[in-house]
Amino acid sequence: MAEDKKVDREKRKFFIRTLQGLGLAALGGSIWSGYVAEAKHDEVVLRPPGAVPEEEFVKKCIKCGMCVEACKNRENNPDETKQTATLRLAAPGDHRPREKGKYIYPKEVPVGTPYFVPREIPCYMCEDIPCVPPCPTGALDPDLVSSVKDGKKVLDINKARMGVAVVDMEHCIAYWGLQCDACYRACPLIDEAIKLELRRNPRTGRHAFLLPVVYPDVCTGCGLCELACVTEKPAIFVLPRHLALGRVGKHYIKGWEKQDEERIKGSQGIQKTITPRSEESPEDYLNTEDLLDE
Amino acid sequence: MNENRNFLYKHRYLIARRIVQVSILLLYIAGNAYGWKILQGNLSSSRLFDVIPLADPYATLQLFAAGTILATDVIVGALIIFAFYSLIGGRAFCSWICPINMVTDFANWLRVKTGLHKDEWQLRISRKTRYWILGLSLILSFVVAAPAFEFISPISMLHRGLIFGMGFGFAAVVAVFLFDLFVTKNGWCGHLCPLGGFYSLVTKPSVIRVKHDADKCTLCMNCKNVCPEKQVLWMIGKESVFVSSGECINCARCIEVCNDDALNFGLRYKPNKEEKENA
Repeated sequence: MAEDKKVDREKRKFFIRTLQGLGLAALGGSIWSGYVAEAKHDEVVLRPPGAVPEEEFVKKCIKCGMCVEACKNRENNPDETKQTATLRLAAPGDHRPREKGKYIYPKEVPVGTPYFVPREIPCYMCEDIPCVPPCPTGALDPDLVSSVKDGKKVLDINKARMGVAVVDMEHCIAYWGLQCDACYRACPLIDEAIKLELRRNPRTGRHAFLLPVVYPDVCTGCGLCELACVTEKPAIFVLPRHLALGRVGKHYIKGWEKQDEERIKGSQGIQKTITPRSEESPEDYLNTEDLLDE
Repeated sequence: MNENRNFLYKHRYLIARRIVQVSILLLYIAGNAYGWKILQGNLSSSRLFDVIPLADPYATLQLFAAGTILATDVIVGALIIFAFYSLIGGRAFCSWICPINMVTDFANWLRVKTGLHKDEWQLRISRKTRYWILGLSLILSFVVAAPAFEFISPISMLHRGLIFGMGFGFAAVVAVFLFDLFVTKNGWCGHLCPLGGFYSLVTKPSVIRVKHDADKCTLCMNCKNVCPEKQVLWMIGKESVFVSSGECINCARCIEVCNDDALNFGLRYKPNKEEKENA
């Protein structure tokens, strides 16, 4: 009898301990997950070339920094001491721009993940893309920055889509009529990603506007234009593509592009609702007595 | 002179561990600062001699839990590390590699030296807490779709910080130090750290183990006093067996403090001579 009671007490103790553990785990878990859910998200962070979409990137990046090391130690690093480079690994509390309020700076880059700030150091678009192949997890995917050449897959930095440059027409001095083509000349894909558009300047009546226009389908988001911009806070700057670009929806099809038109193939067409009235033609309906009387 | 040599002998493993810890750290730092290709990356994932991938199996597990398909490099790397510790080294990561070990060992040393350590002053935490945190980290990784422990790990923050720049990461390291100094002896490494918990669970079969010789033991209990995971030394003075618990970190402090040669490193599964003769 006494033995039974002892066992019971042991059982009870175990039971209570487990429940205590569960309670603590629930409390700690909610705080912990709340923090991580908040900390894994930065709206304006720019990732290295070949990065998979941000949601997936946070899942895949193991925070080893090998891309950062490759960027820093590449041969053509303009900083010959190799102490700074485009890519950096986010440290906790790493949200201090060199000049406050002078350019877009990410607030809370998920700790330990690579990013860059174009106004400080842009991506120089190395042709051999040293930062992508070292990635062990596929967070930087070589396939996203490769193209097929002579049946062979080769790295192609022009396919990178780190972000997209956006022009603020109000503060771009070229739109005022002043002569400035700093961004246009800085662009590694000059006349493809940024083109100059000529327009008459009605204010003077005798001069031309030379307006920089970004072509988002070509722009890699390297940020050389943002660095080159002469205004105090850059009037051309790189934003993550998901922030800067819209989306038309699948039902728009470019009838003038063969590839896009392929998408209609196999489509059932629009499903019509058939009612007794559908048998009559629309004209009949419009000419009914009821409508004429009104 | 003799005393000096004795001191060195009495701390031979400790010195070796510090040399290993610091030189691995320096190799990583040189990998970033000078582009040396011996060890690149950090403890989360790295490349040895620019060829062999290495990866933290626990971090990799969290990435899996977050719900993603990973490239082969990191999987191979994680398997290599996993195989090394679980089959050969035991939980040696904690005492021979991990940079936080230096922080917590220092806290522990201060705690004992300054007389801060009184058993009754400790906050008692179950050593099983680390397994709860381990489980929780995997569940949370799944829920928030991001490697949960990697976002708060003071180990990564310190190691990454030393290589790539610390930021506010030092705060987490100071927190661990103060916790170990004032709150609980071996609080972080022996009670809370889920990475230690992970290695405890998987390194049970490892070959390199501390071996106890009960016949030589004089029951001075020096070993138990110095051991950061006391519970693994249950056999002291009782049975001549290997320390088989996965929680043993192979730090060899017990071997050093033993004046009776009753503790030594040994290899498990070594074919026994007598058995051979009988066969």
